Amino acid sequence: MAGPLKAKHQRLVLLVIALVVLLGAALLATWALRNQASYFYVPSEIVARPPASDRAVRLGGMVEKGSLHTAPDGVTVDFVVGDGKARVPVRFAGIVPSLFVEGSGVVAEGKLGRDGTFVADNLLAKHDENYVPREMQDMTSEQAKKVVAETK
Amino acid sequence: MTAEFGLAALWLAAALAVLQLVAGALALTQRGSDLAGVVRPVAVVQGLLALVAFAALIRVFAITDLSVKLVALNSHSMKPLIYKIAGTWGNHEGSMLLWVTVMGMAGGFVALVERRLPERTMLATLAGQAFVSIGFYAFLLIASNPFERLSPVPAEGNGLNPLLQDLGLAFHPPTLYLGYVGLSVAFSFAIGALVTREVGPAFARAMRPWVLGAWIFLTLGITAGSYWAYYELGWGGWWFWDPVENASLMPWLAATALLHSASVLAARNALRAWTIMLGVVAFSMSMIGTFLVRSGILTSVHAFAVDPERGTFILALLAINIGGALTLFGLRAGTVTEGERFAPVSREGALVLNNVMLSAILGIVLFGTLYPLLAEALGAKVSVGPPYFNPMTALFFVPMLLVLAVGPLLRWRRDRMNRVSRPLLLAAVVTLLALIGVVLLGGVSLLPFLGLTLGAGLAVASFLPLRDRNLRRTPLPIWGMVIAHFGVAVSLIGMASESAFSVERLVAVRPGEVTSVGPWSVRLARVEPVAGPNWTALEGELQVSYRNAAPSVLRPQSRSFWAPTQQTSESALLTRWNGQLYTVLGEEASQGRWQLRLWWKPFVSLIWAGGFLIALGGVLALFGRVASDLRRLIARDKIVYRRERQGR
Repeated sequence: MAGPLKAKHQRLVLLVIALVVLLGAALLATWALRNQASYFYVPSEIVARPPASDRAVRLGGMVEKGSLHTAPDGVTVDFVVGDGKARVPVRFAGIVPSLFVEGSGVVAEGKLGRDGTFVADNLLAKHDENYVPREMQDMTSEQAKKVVAETK
Repeated sequence: MTAEFGLAALWLAAALAVLQLVAGALALTQRGSDLAGVVRPVAVVQGLLALVAFAALIRVFAITDLSVKLVALNSHSMKPLIYKIAGTWGNHEGSMLLWVTVMGMAGGFVALVERRLPERTMLATLAGQAFVSIGFYAFLLIASNPFERLSPVPAEGNGLNPLLQDLGLAFHPPTLYLGYVGLSVAFSFAIGALVTREVGPAFARAMRPWVLGAWIFLTLGITAGSYWAYYELGWGGWWFWDPVENASLMPWLAATALLHSASVLAARNALRAWTIMLGVVAFSMSMIGTFLVRSGILTSVHAFAVDPERGTFILALLAINIGGALTLFGLRAGTVTEGERFAPVSREGALVLNNVMLSAILGIVLFGTLYPLLAEALGAKVSVGPPYFNPMTALFFVPMLLVLAVGPLLRWRRDRMNRVSRPLLLAAVVTLLALIGVVLLGGVSLLPFLGLTLGAGLAVASFLPLRDRNLRRTPLPIWGMVIAHFGVAVSLIGMASESAFSVERLVAVRPGEVTSVGPWSVRLARVEPVAGPNWTALEGELQVSYRNAAPSVLRPQSRSFWAPTQQTSESALLTRWNGQLYTVLGEEASQGRWQLRLWWKPFVSLIWAGGFLIALGGVLALFGRVASDLRRLIARDKIVYRRERQGR
């Protein structure tokens, strides 16, 4: 290196380095977000346009009455999530949230398997009246009433 | 009465903030210079009044005065006293009052003790602090009055979210707010320096302890918050890239960059405009975080059901404060002349790289946090999680770690790499050994692999600045740097180990049955009902033993609170030197079985130990700086005193 740069040049060089790195970060972030953001689906959407089986997505809907079964291992549950138009079978191994019951809303995070079963690695249920997953707020107002009315 | 008293104190504090702004601004002009003496005392009293208001709110919560709406909505007479008090800031209005209290106290503290800044810069700084405070006072008094009365008085309160009824909550938010809002001082300093154009080493030396103080609290707050989420939420994770966590991480990243650039400015009079910019950005991130959390725009456990109108209010405050500061910066940055020159291979060069990388990480976190909002505006509902954040932040974190190993060894101004290559060889050898070890273990994916190897090398490299030094005479700030950097390595190893070596087990067992997770065998002895002050629970008794050693007992619970009605799972943890056993009791399954979720997480505690080491490094540096400032002050007074005596 040819010694300290001239002051004017130094400021410019620093600015250019910072801008290049930040711009690179912004471009990378945009690209990564397109690929890694997890999209939210309701059952009719996921049936109409199924996402790739390696892609993490979120599925929100109502747990259909009578669809909830626990497997013999005692920790795997199967149930059906519906929105009145379509039904999607969901499998989840884990401890279900306490407010997870048939006939109420749920958001499942996971992947849609090739056989059409949604394999969830996390379930978000309504924790209490103060904490509702954002997607579910919309859903309860728009779809939930219909869904509940139909399943009654 | 207490509520009205608190409200009056709050109004008075707001009025004093206005006085502080007006007097401070007028005192900068020639005609108003008489007002200069008023500003500091007003700032102190303003801070004290905010504290009085906050104390009044704590009192109405402590005695559960249900005629105050906020208490009725968020508290319950049956709650233990500690959670009644902690509940003061476990809601929107209370936490905003805590915010303005910290802001007022920070301004008052600066007014009381800071003597190094030129008086004009000090006036501009306090006026700036008052300007930001006024906005938040207005927000409290107009849109979120915590002292509002309720009529008729209800017989009982609604209670506090049980997730928040935890000792972690008693300390986590105040600590975090001290850091978050403490950064307002750096913001106001930057404003003050821009107004008076006094940017130089003296300014940086004056600002540095304040940034350090805020940064220490922020570090502690994030560390404690992460541990709280880890054991209280019962999901076994320690960081979720939840918007609220990001909201605290972003100011931390900016403050970390600011600390490092301020040290360049203090030592070498370079990076002047950049340091000022970071001062503005750091607190702007705090305000953006507050907006994200308080507006309820991103729902999470922290956004205790708030209405969107408040969001608009905070958004307007944000626009005014950040926009105003950036405009001022744009107008004045050109007149802040660039400082001393330096070669690319130098301490300054390394610190510039550190700053650029931290800024890039900050940008990535900010972008990822805001992206769901942008996408929603375009009609798509998305959430952004670890698949985005982990690799993207690592991409910039890894080069930063390399610089972190080399930078502290370099000399200021210009240096040669081959001068420092020999000590670095040691770190390189350790990295290589770690690499061989991890490869032999096998099955470790890329990010934890990098974390383990680089972490090991960095742990060694962080001590290299101490070589050739007399350890007794090494200044405290150097020790602080070494320990903080070592903390980064420790934390990194913990994160990588947790991610690479955790073992999970999910089973349903009958009482008396034995299961295993990693090196542990776990026997479910029994499940029994137990009761607490405002909850009942099912408690599992687990006899756990590590490699057939004598068993210990863990008691995870599944709790049902009745005010408000909610269930939480209380995990039970057993910490060994080499990791933690994490147990959660689930629901009753068929045939009298109980669900158990067990994790063995090797060296997971290092994550938080590292966090505390980082904060400890900050404490040492702060202590060293303040002590040497005091010594200088005393020496100067002695000289003055001697001269006076000789003059007589």
